[in-house]
Amino acid sequence: MANERTKASEEQIVYANILNKGMWFGLALLIITFIIYISGALPSYVPIEDLSKTPPGSTVPYWSMRAHDFNQALNIPTGWGWTALAGKGDYLNFVGIAMLAGLTILCYLVILPILIRKKDTPYVIIAIAEIAVLALAASGILKTGGH
Amino acid sequence: MPNKTQKISKAVLSLLIFTALIVGAVSAFASTEAAAAPAVANSNVAWWVWPLVLFVVTFVLGILAVLGGVGGGVLFVPIVGGFFPFNIDFVRGAGLLVALAGALAAGPGLLKRNLASLRLSLPVALIASSAAIVGAMIGLALKPNVVNILLGATILLIVIIMGTAKKSDFPIVPKPDNLSQSLGIMGIYREESIGKDVEWTVHKTPQGLMLFVVIGVMAGMFGLGAGWANVPVLNLLMGAPLKISVATSKFLLSITDTSAAWVYLNQGAVLPMIVVPSIVGIMLGSMVGVKILAKAKPKAIKWMVIGLLLFAGLRALLKGLEIWK
Repeated sequence: MANERTKASEEQIVYANILNKGMWFGLALLIITFIIYISGALPSYVPIEDLSKTPPGSTVPYWSMRAHDFNQALNIPTGWGWTALAGKGDYLNFVGIAMLAGLTILCYLVILPILIRKKDTPYVIIAIAEIAVLALAASGILKTGGH
Repeated sequence: MPNKTQKISKAVLSLLIFTALIVGAVSAFASTEAAAAPAVANSNVAWWVWPLVLFVVTFVLGILAVLGGVGGGVLFVPIVGGFFPFNIDFVRGAGLLVALAGALAAGPGLLKRNLASLRLSLPVALIASSAAIVGAMIGLALKPNVVNILLGATILLIVIIMGTAKKSDFPIVPKPDNLSQSLGIMGIYREESIGKDVEWTVHKTPQGLMLFVVIGVMAGMFGLGAGWANVPVLNLLMGAPLKISVATSKFLLSITDTSAAWVYLNQGAVLPMIVVPSIVGIMLGSMVGVKILAKAKPKAIKWMVIGLLLFAGLRALLKGLEIWK
């Protein structure tokens, strides 16, 4: 059992609690939305059975295409464009995925005031820098050159 | 108890063979149909077969990952990339999310027990997650055969590391370096195996951080969890105790993989049909794996996992070189 010496710091406990709640919520969301997707309860933007089909002019099925070609062939928006399709069965799944992917940013935002209160300047700077890095990654600004 | 160990080893081996047979049979059937079909055609394998097989395979991988002491992502990407019809872009996107989900699930318990250290994780994560973004962008820009060649080479490197790297339960840190001292990277945890509180600190922090640039790039580029590299750097180079290294590495993945996962998500390299069965399969498999691990720890399984990785690495390499299509 943890005694006073081996106890985790306040910010570590707070981080763990947010992570725990967010992870279960995100996972539950992921499973529920996937059931909606495969059951066909909501129409999908790209019907699931079409993913294994080979479109005219291509030699490979949709799911064997590179992501860039897949998006072009099916006119799928990149970045946060998927939010406009969140009412569709397939893109509804992205809500849970984005929730899991965004959880770490939330954890950092929650521990930041504790670090500031403790006047832990190096870790305040590190936390702010990490939030900026993750926000940049999540922003969709970064683009790859395709191929 | 050798009998129990032998039974578990046999059960795992049977699972492996069963999974290989399923994947092999469906792959063979699918490729025969595709070869016989005209250019514009539909596969005769029903769409639901692949996610179902994916779920079964990832369930087995989840068990093996725990027993073999590796992360799910490192098994997932080469095996699913090598034997399933999905493009490597989508497999890497799913691999990152699989590793991320595993890290998110393990993180709270490890942090609360003070085995994963936030003070050690935060500086390392800043370096690794920034590098993972660069890795993800490079990975999505490279041609699939180049990715497969590099992935195959990386997996073979992992096999060598797993087969040869030594571990140190309590490395000796003669003097913490200036950086770790100024950041206050240290801690105390209860080591139940010896019934003592263990104080730890780290050294060679700048060198460790430099290596995390490389680790981050590789994690983002290949969609692999990077526990195979995190642990040796934290434990052998920086001198963190093994338990702290393993736990911090696992938690670290939740931050490193987050940044790369966003790049894949924003580039449309995420297919829910691959992601969700994989996450659920590997998490359920991990839970079963933990229960098996509590009863016995057969060393033979570690070598089975290394053998599996060797095979998957060679497959990726030969696929990239277009020798084994």
